[in-house]
Amino acid sequence: MTWSESEIAALVEPDRVHRKAYVDPEIFDLEMERIFERLWIYIGHESQVKNPGDYYLARVGRQPMMMTRDWNGEINVLYNRCPHRGAQICSARKGNAGKLFRCSYHAWMFELDGRLESVPGAKGYEGTRFDMSSPDFHIRKAPRADNYRGFWFASLAEDGPDLKTHLGRAGLALDQLVDRSPDGEIEVVGDCFHMIQQSNWKLFLENQIDASHPGATHESTGAAARSVENEMKKDGKQPPMSYGFLSDFVRHGIDGWDKFGTTGLPQGHCTLEGYMGLRPDDPDTNEYVERMYASYGEEKAEEILGVDLHHVLLYPCNSVQPPLQQLRTIRPIGPDRTLSEIWHFRLKGAPEAIYQRSLAYYYLVNSPSTMVNADDLFNWWKCQHGLESNAIEWVSFHRNAGQDTEEGGIMYSAPSSMSELPMRSMMHAWRDYMTANGAGA
Amino acid sequence: MGEAAEKLAAGDRFSSAKVSIETQLAVERFLYRQAEILDEKRWDEWLTLFAEDGHYWMPVSEDQEDGEGVPNIFWENLDMMTMRIRRNNHPQAHSQAPENRLCHVVSNVIVESEDPNGDVVVRSRFHCAEYLRYDIRNFTGKYRHYLKKTAEGYRIALQRVDLVNREGPYEYVIQWWL
Ligand code: FES
Ligand SMILES: [Fe+2]
Repeated sequence: MTWSESEIAALVEPDRVHRKAYVDPEIFDLEMERIFERLWIYIGHESQVKNPGDYYLARVGRQPMMMTRDWNGEINVLYNRCPHRGAQICSARKGNAGKLFRCSYHAWMFELDGRLESVPGAKGYEGTRFDMSSPDFHIRKAPRADNYRGFWFASLAEDGPDLKTHLGRAGLALDQLVDRSPDGEIEVVGDCFHMIQQSNWKLFLENQIDASHPGATHESTGAAARSVENEMKKDGKQPPMSYGFLSDFVRHGIDGWDKFGTTGLPQGHCTLEGYMGLRPDDPDTNEYVERMYASYGEEKAEEILGVDLHHVLLYPCNSVQPPLQQLRTIRPIGPDRTLSEIWHFRLKGAPEAIYQRSLAYYYLVNSPSTMVNADDLFNWWKCQHGLESNAIEWVSFHRNAGQDTEEGGIMYSAPSSMSELPMRSMMHAWRDYMTANGAGA
Repeated sequence: MGEAAEKLAAGDRFSSAKVSIETQLAVERFLYRQAEILDEKRWDEWLTLFAEDGHYWMPVSEDQEDGEGVPNIFWENLDMMTMRIRRNNHPQAHSQAPENRLCHVVSNVIVESEDPNGDVVVRSRFHCAEYLRYDIRNFTGKYRHYLKKTAEGYRIALQRVDLVNREGPYEYVIQWWL
């Protein structure tokens, strides 16, 4: 079928969403066209392309893209497609191209910003419509590329809100990633983990700020971590602080996650607040706080460290955990297939122990051997398969529906709830994007 | 850098020590036994294969020399291994329903070096098929074991596992050691 805008709009009700939003291939294509190839999509951090000649591939919607650092030191976002006969310019995920890109097929040469530098056998083009200076023969640039504090995004729409406007209040997540560094600078560590989610991209976003799932989903991991902690203590050993990331799952029980407020922003961004401040009173943290004071002054440093955002979703593609320096980005491949890239950062100027904390979270929660996402990924896979059933057409987001409050365009969850506000809020934004009729986002 | 990681980093990854048939056999038996313990999920025995401060290590890149303090796919001591065993066997570990099955083949066993006290560094290759959710996926790569000789036989000070497809993407997490 071809979906009309009113049919799409009818998939989203105030407290429930139709399953077709998750499983229908045509809806998926429309999402790529109207959301992923129009909104600001995360490309990567500037530290992924440190040196001139560096490139790093990224997918935006259905488009193969790459971020490059040219010889003027500028960052560019280009389509990874040769203007001659279509070969991908770069096939390795990342690398350094040297002075020029050389297409492997017929050796057209390009500057790192995409401009065509030379073609072999140029004589053959005399008297044809080929024109060295025409953009048709350059590697095409993303219509818009911009960065927010070193995080690069691209929009494949010529116009629409600028990046800062799109991020709005959710830009605080990226501010937090950077401001928590005493030097005001961060750096990606190593390469990211690449994990395929065998499920719809929206299931991932919904899960990230779903306070009602950890106690249930991660019970086994929480229980195992707690039993090891207890045994270590009995043997007079101090369990690593990072085990607490896991034993927390049972400490709060299944119902005890109502302390954590959520918000929903008009662009679809969401936050989960207050889950773990990670401001324990240990020598490493205190040393870190000292360095923050020294850099920013006490008042400003406290303001930075006082922001207790556990999780922020930058719609439609990022999940950011500022207190733990984690950033995940998703790149949908099909209705039931999503690639995720999982990054973590080093706070320059912070004690090594603070990085080790972030690394421990990266390992325990986000690595390919994680005992946490093992159950999340499996749940999403099960949801994807369950939603193939038409026995029940609707996905329920009824928890605390009708109890959200609004202030200044931001939706707030009911106090002491594990409200499904973020899911409702995201799907309302989804409906608006999907029915915006190409009128920008 | 820990002593075991240093030992592996300092070793010659292409050398082949002239060891006795007995040593070669004992080392091979140990490796086959470890694979069998993993495939048969005999977890109490798994834990006894490792020295008290032993680690199971799967680095993210081949040039990595140490597992401590840097990103890894696996970097687990006995406490973490105990946690993983308990977690995967917990009744609510729903990603283990249905339970996966592993099947290893270990081969190309070359003793790289043998110390006067009998400790060895040994290289081998493995192939492991995993049956998970009624589907098979394959892992393959190389092992490098630093085995310490004790009165009870060899104990793993460090097992390094370099997956052929370490960069991913991973279709799903790896829940058990490979
Ligand atoms: S396709 Fe690139 S030079 Fe021909
Ligand atoms: Fe989870």
